[in-house]
Amino acid sequence: MKLIVKDIEFSYASVPILKEVCIELAASEMLSVVGPNGAGKSTLIRCIDRILKPQRGIILLDELDIKELRQMELAKKMGYIPQSTSRVFPATVFDAVLMGRRPHLWWRASERDTEKVLETLQMLNIEDLAMRDIDELSGGQLQKVFIARALTQEPEVLLLDEPTSNLDIRHQLEVMDIIKNIVRENGIAAIMAIHDLNLASRYSDRIIMMNSGKIFAAGNPDSVLTPDNIKQVYGVEANVHYNDGKLYIVPLRPVKQNGGEGGHNLL
Amino acid sequence: MTSSTEIISGTRTKRAEIKEEYKKFIGRKILFIFSSLILIFIIAGISTTLGSYPITVTEVYSIIWRGLFHNPETTKEIVVWNLRLPRVILGILAGIGLAIAGSMTQGILRNPLASPFTLGIASGAGFGAALAILLSKGIVGGEYLIIGNAFIFSLIPTFIIVGLTRFRRATPETMILAGIAMMYIFSAATTLLMYFSEADAMKAAYFWMVGDLGRASWDALLPISIVLAGCFFPLMWKAWDVNAMGAGDETAKSLGVNVERDRILIMIISSFLTASIICFTGTIGFICLVAPHMSRMVIGGDNRFLIPASGLVGGALLLGCDTIARRIIAPVILPVGVVTSSLGGPLFLYLIMRRRREYW
Repeated sequence: MKLIVKDIEFSYASVPILKEVCIELAASEMLSVVGPNGAGKSTLIRCIDRILKPQRGIILLDELDIKELRQMELAKKMGYIPQSTSRVFPATVFDAVLMGRRPHLWWRASERDTEKVLETLQMLNIEDLAMRDIDELSGGQLQKVFIARALTQEPEVLLLDEPTSNLDIRHQLEVMDIIKNIVRENGIAAIMAIHDLNLASRYSDRIIMMNSGKIFAAGNPDSVLTPDNIKQVYGVEANVHYNDGKLYIVPLRPVKQNGGEGGHNLL
Repeated sequence: MTSSTEIISGTRTKRAEIKEEYKKFIGRKILFIFSSLILIFIIAGISTTLGSYPITVTEVYSIIWRGLFHNPETTKEIVVWNLRLPRVILGILAGIGLAIAGSMTQGILRNPLASPFTLGIASGAGFGAALAILLSKGIVGGEYLIIGNAFIFSLIPTFIIVGLTRFRRATPETMILAGIAMMYIFSAATTLLMYFSEADAMKAAYFWMVGDLGRASWDALLPISIVLAGCFFPLMWKAWDVNAMGAGDETAKSLGVNVERDRILIMIISSFLTASIICFTGTIGFICLVAPHMSRMVIGGDNRFLIPASGLVGGALLLGCDTIARRIIAPVILPVGVVTSSLGGPLFLYLIMRRRREYW
């Protein structure tokens, strides 16, 4: 499996959101997309799954242009995990996860579909929730249900939009561990938009740092998450520490703005 | 070794448990669908016996049975076959159609308040009928002009909304707002029309809009059954996709659903179904809003089961209301639209208050 994203451009009305974005990704690789609000992280994720149609550029999955695929066919190859939204349409967890089988089934859910759902629920350790309504779940449980739904699609690529944004630290680690294991064991490639630089550095093989729709830096966590890059992209002064060979970012203060109104003066 | 075997058998039993529980969950939904079907037959049996001409239940069934092979001859046979049966069947079919159209419209617009009427269908039909009633006074075959006009005008708001989605994305918000705008435009046009018309015609136009099964005849049943059958299967086919839309447009797209195209397609089918019913009955309100909610309260939102369930609940509800409308102050027969709203409203309020969980 190999995913190639080449020169993607996307704009809403005439406001450009993405400019000349290129990515390459192989099986069992985990790629994080970081960047400030409005940098185009979520838009990029949505363009790759053709939830949004990029105006220019090409996305190849195993040398096949995904534009040529029908939406159902693409859904067999790519799974998308949305940010846990507060308002969801009530359904039981089982039915919500069964929905992931939609691209594979004709109308009747077969025994195989049911087995796949049970298998995934077990893998994520949420079997006990199977008959609960999803609107009764906590943010962390809901995120696991969304991951389960995407996994029952049996995708080759997983796309995640800020999977940890509403979770407490325990659930953040649980969810990231689950994703990491799936990527390693099932040979799936994952791309996730993420805000937390420390989680990104700890869990990803490679990081892309975006700023106003463009890729600012790309590479392994050490080379991307430098104090200088963080300063230029986020406007934040930060220290970078190493612990156990992993990199930790400690944000210090916003960089003083030109007008002299930065947080600096307030301290 | 033993411990790992235990773990494996443990997960096996757990899976079997969930599977069993899920089967029961599905079983309950199917049971509800069959109960609603039986309920319709019971109400239909009772309804056919009621009327100014007394006929017992057993007589009704033997008359219906004999009528399948012979033309009705006796008074009783004529009353059952030509007066009561068409009305009962029209009540059932109209209820089924309106409720199905309602549940699908709520599904695609992800809005519990939506119904085909929210998209302006009723106002369009009302205007078309009023126009025909005012123009056709004294014209032979005016009846057909009203039906035809109501049908055509009821679909105009739908086509305008479809046209607008060429310029704006077909999001639920756009469609609902456009529908409401359409509702106001056509209501105003109808009011203007009535303002300049004579009292008799105005009364006729007004009562057309309340909705009534009094115009039932075998002639009307044929086109309605054909349209109902023709719409039911494509809507059932799309049940999965509407379920997916319930999880949000983005998720639905990632599951392979062509959200915008399907939303417009389902809206057109639902509108067509509604239009072909209300052009015969007038705008019977409330069924398309209430029946889907009642069914959802019992069996949940899975459209694979919700479509048949809400259809049958709608059929039973409309037939029940019409039976009451015929008998409550007999020999005067009330328009059924009055009963659906005045009885359905309080019943619905009661159900909302006593529900145990959020079903939407």
